[in-house]
Amino acid sequence: MTDLTRASAAELADLMARGETTSREITTALLERTEAVDGAVHSYLHVDRDGALATADAVDRRRAAGETLHALAGVPIAVKDVMTTTGLPTTCGSRILQGWVPPYDATVVARIKAAGLPILGKTNMDEFAMGSSTEHSAYGPSHNPWDLDRIPGGSGGGSSSVLASFQAPLATGTDTGGSIRQPAAVTGTVGTKPTYGGVSRYGLIALASSLDQAGPCARTVLDTAMLHELMAGHDPLDSTSIDAPVPPIVEAARRADVRGMRIGIVRELTGEGFQAGVQQRFDEAVQHLVDAGAEVVEVSCPSFTYALATYYLILPSEASSNLAKFDAMRYGLRVAPRDVDDPSAEQVMAATRDAGFGDEVKRRIILGTYALSSGYYDAYYGSAQKVRRLIADDFASAFERADVLVSPTAPTTAFRLGAKIDDPLAMYLNDIATIPANLAGIPGMSVPSGLADEDGLPAGFQILAPAMADDRLYAVGAALEQRLHAVWGGPLLDRIPDLLASAPTTPMATPHADATTKGA
Amino acid sequence: MAELTRDAVEHLARLARIDLDESELNRMVGELGVILESVATVQQAPTEAVTPMSHPMPLVNVTRPDQIRPSLTPQEALAGAPESDAQRFSVPRILDED
Repeated sequence: MTDLTRASAAELADLMARGETTSREITTALLERTEAVDGAVHSYLHVDRDGALATADAVDRRRAAGETLHALAGVPIAVKDVMTTTGLPTTCGSRILQGWVPPYDATVVARIKAAGLPILGKTNMDEFAMGSSTEHSAYGPSHNPWDLDRIPGGSGGGSSSVLASFQAPLATGTDTGGSIRQPAAVTGTVGTKPTYGGVSRYGLIALASSLDQAGPCARTVLDTAMLHELMAGHDPLDSTSIDAPVPPIVEAARRADVRGMRIGIVRELTGEGFQAGVQQRFDEAVQHLVDAGAEVVEVSCPSFTYALATYYLILPSEASSNLAKFDAMRYGLRVAPRDVDDPSAEQVMAATRDAGFGDEVKRRIILGTYALSSGYYDAYYGSAQKVRRLIADDFASAFERADVLVSPTAPTTAFRLGAKIDDPLAMYLNDIATIPANLAGIPGMSVPSGLADEDGLPAGFQILAPAMADDRLYAVGAALEQRLHAVWGGPLLDRIPDLLASAPTTPMATPHADATTKGA
Repeated sequence: MAELTRDAVEHLARLARIDLDESELNRMVGELGVILESVATVQQAPTEAVTPMSHPMPLVNVTRPDQIRPSLTPQEALAGAPESDAQRFSVPRILDED
């Protein structure tokens, strides 16, 4: 009998199509798993038991009636709390949105609902997606299921940990500088940042609008492709949405063919600064691709040395503008200033933003305000925009010599919770390899490359492709996954420690300040 | 490179409408100084005659058909309001009273 919590989305879809299980059975098994493990992992900010079961029952009825359903109908999914969901709280990991229930669905959520995927709940994240560890969530961090003392990556650490702890086979993510790929890397899961504009941003609480991109998270390359296909496509409600057919990603994942493909190793994204075990797994992965028929070239992208600095000017600038809408007037928190009689709207706004935003959000808003202010604009934001062009040009040259580019996804395996929380710059360095893709708008994926020898924790392999060539990510990712599974004798997640054996029997020592109540 | 003084951070926080308290302000001055020094390296890049890039996709003037579709009802729009009155958002005073 298949363990419904460990099966892939594609397997669950097949089981339901063959009448061997129902969406209710699958959904119930996953909700039970959440009951058992999420006290320790803390992937969810909100669990929607009743809503998920209602959708499951509806899909089961439609299937029984012989209706033609979406390939993933009935397969449950977890949704990152950055996406608006009608009737479900959406906090974006922030105190300022505590308890907010949006009156509309993000386009991605609308597509998930239309396809009949039960939404299990909303996953934890760094506040407004600013961070690489979920430690900046106002509701407490998520924990890495490989080692509960370590970070699950960020900002999408709720989504990565929900997959790695077998609470859901699919999850959504958003990636502004690596928030899908880095969490995937440190949890042994798969995640894709599509081409900018490939998935609608309508209903995503914006961090940096020219960098943000929603994408799929899953445990296998095929599942990731299937969810990507569901999420992607033109949306008139997002003016930056690409009005062109979605690349043949599912077909590419199924064919897993890299014969004759030129794989470019980016010199600036390997070697120095990368943990030995991460680099070692990367080198082996490249060799697997060569064995599968690919050819390796080395490319150089000299401007990437400025990518981190460029990103940390462009992102705060855009964020300071996007977050201006949290003004305590129309929705969200409203806090009166202390010791002020009859405060003005401005005083209420300033008091609310001080109380509602966390430290990292305040840092970035103030940095962005500085970079955009008169007298400094040209030196900071203006310079960053020019370097952004140089980085895009470096990619363009590299893609003349290579069909895809590869690197380790993150420089290290998961670090310990608390290790970098007081050092913003050290935290920023986690995204050194993922940021360039966001600046240029090109697609990227992380697939597991194995466990690092020194700590036994997962490492990620990053694949980057030219804009609109997302299918190449899946060809390479699937070919690598196939070979590594053969070597490992199964998925990497088969080796994850049993959470139920290690989970504390009493609730966590530090209670999580939940955004809402858990469970139904 | 411009030094980020305590006064400057206080001014920026005011512009950004964030009422930082003393200890936050003191901490922020140090942290932002370190970050600013790091990001200022963009000024060393060879950017002469480079066209700034604001956006990854070269799209301009994207519009959608001007069709009537359902929008939020007043109840939905006001559902998350901290305070509302007579189908309107209720806000603190915006002017001084004298």
